[in-house]
Amino acid sequence: MMYKMAKSDLPQLLKAIAQEQDLIVPLRKSGQVNFGMWSEEAEVDFDTLKSVKSPKDAFFPQSETLYSCVRDGKKISIEPEELRNRPFTVFGMKGCDVRGVEILDRVFLSDPLDNFYQARREHGTVVALACHEPEETCFCKVFGVDCAEPAADAAIWMTEDTLYWKSITEKGNVLTELVKKKGFFVDAEESELDAEKAKIHEIVEQLPYSDLSLEGWGPNKTEEKFHDSLWEELYKPCLACGTCTFVCPTCQCYDIKDYDTGHGVKRYRCWDSCMYSDFTMMAHGNNRKSQLERFRQRFMHKLVYYPDNNDGIYSCVGCGRCVSKCPASLNIVKVIKSFAEKAGGDDHE
Amino acid sequence: MQGTVISFVGELVARAKEMLADGTVQRVAGWKKGDLGYNPEPAYFTNAEEMADFVYDGFCGANLSKYMIEASAMEGRTLVFLKPCDTYSFNQLLMEHRVKRDKIYIIGVGCSGKLDINKIQAKGIKGIRTISEEDGILKFDTIYGEKECPRSEVLLGRCHVCKGKDHQVYDELIGESEETTDQERFAEVERIEAMTPQERFAFFRSELSKCIRCNACRNVCPACSCRKCVFDSNKFDSSQKANADTFEEQMFHIIRAFHVAGRCTDCGECSRVCPQGIPLHLFNRKFIKDINTFYGEYQAGAATDCETPLTDFTFDDVEPGVVAERGHR
Repeated sequence: MMYKMAKSDLPQLLKAIAQEQDLIVPLRKSGQVNFGMWSEEAEVDFDTLKSVKSPKDAFFPQSETLYSCVRDGKKISIEPEELRNRPFTVFGMKGCDVRGVEILDRVFLSDPLDNFYQARREHGTVVALACHEPEETCFCKVFGVDCAEPAADAAIWMTEDTLYWKSITEKGNVLTELVKKKGFFVDAEESELDAEKAKIHEIVEQLPYSDLSLEGWGPNKTEEKFHDSLWEELYKPCLACGTCTFVCPTCQCYDIKDYDTGHGVKRYRCWDSCMYSDFTMMAHGNNRKSQLERFRQRFMHKLVYYPDNNDGIYSCVGCGRCVSKCPASLNIVKVIKSFAEKAGGDDHE
Repeated sequence: MQGTVISFVGELVARAKEMLADGTVQRVAGWKKGDLGYNPEPAYFTNAEEMADFVYDGFCGANLSKYMIEASAMEGRTLVFLKPCDTYSFNQLLMEHRVKRDKIYIIGVGCSGKLDINKIQAKGIKGIRTISEEDGILKFDTIYGEKECPRSEVLLGRCHVCKGKDHQVYDELIGESEETTDQERFAEVERIEAMTPQERFAFFRSELSKCIRCNACRNVCPACSCRKCVFDSNKFDSSQKANADTFEEQMFHIIRAFHVAGRCTDCGECSRVCPQGIPLHLFNRKFIKDINTFYGEYQAGAATDCETPLTDFTFDDVEPGVVAERGHR
């Protein structure tokens, strides 16, 4: 079922949802847009195409306490962290980021189940926003994502003055009913969006990376790619910072650490980065001693290992955040192109 | 002219090829063409063929000095192109015995200020196909139509307080430089000093709460050249990758600023690379301003044969009490 409303009523719509449950939206704070908890004072920004960080932290936060040990005199008690038990909505995720969550699902919802993640997924409803004006760093088309038709619990489109709303899943229906009850919607026809979708598709076709070829990547390529001497050149400008991994919607590695609170310990997990020197450090030491190995790990994981374990699905969604954020202008596109060039494939500009 | 390429780039390429051919250097550290018109990457070139991808344009902001630590350990000599402000960092590394002067051949390249793609995007310019420059105006061919903006409005922050046209260390020079200063170096710091402590705290809390602990600021910083950073050690409680609480969020950057105090040349790379746009240079510049006030004017990296203010004692040094008292204002 398709509905529509005046775009100018969007602030009221958000307020209405926030009265019922936590609402996570893209917010502009100190000049940057990231997803965060809606409040009346917060500056909501749907015009900026990409948040700096992907909104994956709605389900997989950068840092979360798992349990706390509290010392009181001679007594030590252990308090597990509560799992998410109230509904919330993430509003305005893009098609690529929704695909990113699906990629995380395959990791965290398979055995052994991650109950912290699962609880958030169960209680979270995703309203995805079609990309009105994609940018040159976008290459979601390469991974089969249609940014004009985002597949979440509900999808919305924003044209000049109208917001269109389509419910897709059961969870989407619940939220749609909630909003409908408040009287925001009038009925709409799917065909009203034809022009908007066609315009988005036309732009996507013009994007410089839309015809990027993934030939040579995918399952069963470990032997071939792992030992390629090209890595020795590619990693060189890498600063070994964690920017690419922390803005990425599909990076899923985490570390578990203890934080000394002075009167106890908080055991928490936080995003890890394969770019960091202590990544997967074990008692015997580190199995990736050089930056070359760590750099290679990131791209092999996204383009070979993950597809190997997940029916050929790549662990990149083409959001292009690493393209715009890497301090040394390295990124997955350059890696893919460099291998294609070496293999003598088409090197189209 | 294609892109924002600088007129003397041909001379740079010719000289590099010559030095590679006659064996003076084994490799060239420069910038390699990107694929979007604004994303060149730092790169090594080892032969004339590879030099075909060399570029020197408005987006070559990356300071290559720190790469020279690694290059100093490589076989043979490395030719590096350094902009005037980059040479301060090289000198500082030289003073700290982190680079070997005889292993590096420096060509000082002219600079007329470098561009900030974030500022361009903040003007709503997106879907960029090509960028060109004419008489101080940048022209963008984008999917969403033709756009333009004055070059002076999208310079990197550091270029507005340019340290000048002079290279502090070099073997030869190629190309003219142009000073781009149009702001007082310490104006931003003074604006923050004028805030009440509460306002100041709120300002920094708001900025630092965006930090994702990617460590890009640290890793790009030529003054952060420790072989193993304390924040990478798992022997201390400092090893957290994420901010376990807000205290740490604030302390990481403040500790880093203290550690580079007196050694920071104000190259501005920290602010250039921050994915969250945190004006990290403000911490360092505050320290530079204070050092100037307390110990006399000093510019790190201007010379390599001088005493440095924080490692040298003189009877004229400020009494610690003055600093404490000043902090209460």
